[in-house]
Amino acid sequence: MLTLEKRPTPSRGWTLATPVLAVVLTMIAGGLMFALLGKNPVEAIRIIFWDPVFNTQFASYTRPQLLVKAGPLILIAIGLSLGFRAGIWNIGAEGQYIMGAIAGAGFGLAFYPSDSPLIFPGMIVAGALGGWAWAMIPAILKTRFRTNEILVSLLLVYVAEKILASAATKFLRNPEGHGFPGSRNLARIDSMNNPELISGTGMHWGVVLAFIAVIAAYVLLNRHLLGYQIKLAGQAPRAARFAGVNPNRLVVMCLGASGALAGLAGLFEVTGPAGQISIDFNVGYGFTAIIVAFLGRLHPIGILLAGLIMALTYIGGELAQLMLQIPAPAIQAFQGMLLFFLLALDVLSNYRIRIKSEGVA
Amino acid sequence: MSQTALLSIKGITKAYPGVVANSDVSFDILPGEVHALLGENGAGKSTLVKMIYGLVRPDSGTMEMNGTPYTPTEPRAARASGVAMVFQHFSLFEALNVAENISLGMENPPAQRDLARQIREVSEAYGLPLDPDRLVGDLSAGERQRVEIIRCLLQDPKLLVMDEPTSVLTPQEVEILFHTLRKLSSEGTSILYISHKLEEIRALCDEATILRLGKVVGKCTPRDTSAAEMAEMMVGKSLASPARVNADMGEVVLKVAGLSVEPATPFGTPLRHVGIELHAGEVLGIGGVAGNGQDELLAALSGEVTTAPGTVVLNRVPIGDTGPNDRRALGLLCAPEERLGHAAAPDMSLIENALLTARQRKGLDRSGFVDWRATRAYAEEVIQAFDVRTPGPDNAARALSGGNLQKFVIGREILQDPKVLVVNQPTWGVDASAAAAIRQAILDLAGQGAGVIVISQDLDELLEVADNFCALNEGRLSNLRATKGLTMETIGLMLGGAHDMHDLDEEALHADA
Repeated sequence: MLTLEKRPTPSRGWTLATPVLAVVLTMIAGGLMFALLGKNPVEAIRIIFWDPVFNTQFASYTRPQLLVKAGPLILIAIGLSLGFRAGIWNIGAEGQYIMGAIAGAGFGLAFYPSDSPLIFPGMIVAGALGGWAWAMIPAILKTRFRTNEILVSLLLVYVAEKILASAATKFLRNPEGHGFPGSRNLARIDSMNNPELISGTGMHWGVVLAFIAVIAAYVLLNRHLLGYQIKLAGQAPRAARFAGVNPNRLVVMCLGASGALAGLAGLFEVTGPAGQISIDFNVGYGFTAIIVAFLGRLHPIGILLAGLIMALTYIGGELAQLMLQIPAPAIQAFQGMLLFFLLALDVLSNYRIRIKSEGVA
Repeated sequence: MSQTALLSIKGITKAYPGVVANSDVSFDILPGEVHALLGENGAGKSTLVKMIYGLVRPDSGTMEMNGTPYTPTEPRAARASGVAMVFQHFSLFEALNVAENISLGMENPPAQRDLARQIREVSEAYGLPLDPDRLVGDLSAGERQRVEIIRCLLQDPKLLVMDEPTSVLTPQEVEILFHTLRKLSSEGTSILYISHKLEEIRALCDEATILRLGKVVGKCTPRDTSAAEMAEMMVGKSLASPARVNADMGEVVLKVAGLSVEPATPFGTPLRHVGIELHAGEVLGIGGVAGNGQDELLAALSGEVTTAPGTVVLNRVPIGDTGPNDRRALGLLCAPEERLGHAAAPDMSLIENALLTARQRKGLDRSGFVDWRATRAYAEEVIQAFDVRTPGPDNAARALSGGNLQKFVIGREILQDPKVLVVNQPTWGVDASAAAAIRQAILDLAGQGAGVIVISQDLDELLEVADNFCALNEGRLSNLRATKGLTMETIGLMLGGAHDMHDLDEEALHADA
């Protein structure tokens, strides 16, 4: 009989090994699924994990996509992880991402066609504030009226989507766009452009900021009192109050930080890869970032790796759909497996499995 | 032995990874006998009774019930064989009434009205008054225990197992309980009584089996054995009682006046006009049965709950409206009762747990950035000075035994050189030698001129360490009495105890007559 036994101290080795093991198991289980679908499993796995970066034919196109997709995921996930560590569940990063983009784009377009060098920095500030303000709604409702931040932040995503539709079709619509929905193309306006910094890498200011956020979060969590308080509040709320942590302040800070980072991700997306505010501007980075945060075990370095892996499976998944005609739901199931195995194996870092002989001697 | 044993335990061994909880344990319980199982925390008492109650299976060894093999695979099987158990921690729903709670634990509960009648009958027959219609949330700890006992008695058990039943009771309630247990035993029910309180065992039990580190180290007839002898068997060495370094009381260091706090939860206890004057060098003992406002009082003193500024005054500085860290900076330190989750974060290392309260006074951060080296040094200092048994400061708090973690928690506060220290249940669930060390540390601290408030349900402990005593009852603090010359009876009256205490006294008297 197998029994689980709680480890006195979480195993460090397993904490590091389980993500790798989860990826391996996903490859095996996913390969089986692809085989059942009548596709060559080895080829499918290679296309998903290898070709996007190393294929001689099209890697030059897909490789930059890796950072373009991973950048916002990492940036948002880092912000979310702070709250998740403290037991504050911001599920509405998608909405904060949208509002950051609208606020930033709105700021820039308000000064159109000025070419002041201050426009882009101003847009960055506006983007951060937009996301921050949208996150303050659940924060204030929670601290004042004890509402549930999960519900409020999630539902605000749908409100943000309505505002986005309205922005694209009404108040931010390109007046020279012949009536088509969507704003001016910010990527083509020099003062508002978030360019690719190194050609062929996909690196833009948002990716740079994501890397900075990883480092800052690492320092915060490991060296700073605030990070200690965040961890303490998440693990032992009563001990946190005993240690003088003000839970309301923490709610405002964590939701504010994750909102601002999501807003920045939206701003850098709308000024760079997306280029304009459109009805379908948001593609789910805010929700996927939740998965990335957990995949990375709420650890900054883990999130960095998880964001890259997640982006890889997205790009590779699209590639596999294209090249092997693997249906899109199968690709989503494959991505789901990754999360499933990671969470299932998580038990190994806190528990050990023992094989026990049945019966009493 | 002339009589056949009701339950005969033969060579039971049970090992957990890293510890042998029971090793070759054998003893017999005769019908109608009150049998004590005596031992320190971690001696293996709980594991043994869990095996008797079918919660855990032995690795080897056998049990026999009335001469036939007894191998309960689950508590239901144990109950079917006539074994009932009252746990140390109650499993009751506060929002349900007594009868509903009891019916939840039954295999085939009768209709509520019949059950209520049965509850009344049993409670009257055994001198345990209990109204089946009352909400459990409104009951005192002693009354809650009665719910558990009556739940057991309704099954008409042959063997009643009681795990540390008196830790939550006032002396008077203990008397009532003993009265009930004696009556049960005279009717032929055997009782397995688990405790580390020696005087109780001497007063109640016919036989005692003493466990140490999982082994039976002795058997005795408690009536003929002195408490000191039993303690020596239990601990394996003789213990010195804490010695007070004589200190004259100084000025008032902590003054609490008119402190009233509404409870945070519906079943919490409000504090009502609590007043305390604590002098430098004084140890003030606050006794009381659990749930009479101890947690609330500690929270109001630690700053987790804030009040009007003037209600708490430390060295003439009003601090009632300040938070925990401001109070720490001024020298008011606290150690809450709940070690895991309140005094310490279970999954954090001892280093991180050292930072929890010692940041201000030990200067463990530089403008917000944690000085981990200094923090580690402080954790090591605490471990060293208070003899905390752990492989090192990197271990998680939850990996420590209760006694060791408590030594760490108390040590973490004491080594910060507090002006006033407030501790709640400093030795609860702590083995005898660790408890002695903690009490000594408290006395030493007072000897150095700090004021100490010890909130405890262990009256022996309070009599041992405290200069003055007052009782907390339903959120009210009684008048102060010098501990010297206080008798258990006086203390019991001060504590007040169960709501219907006075009726009970009379009933107990009548029953005795």
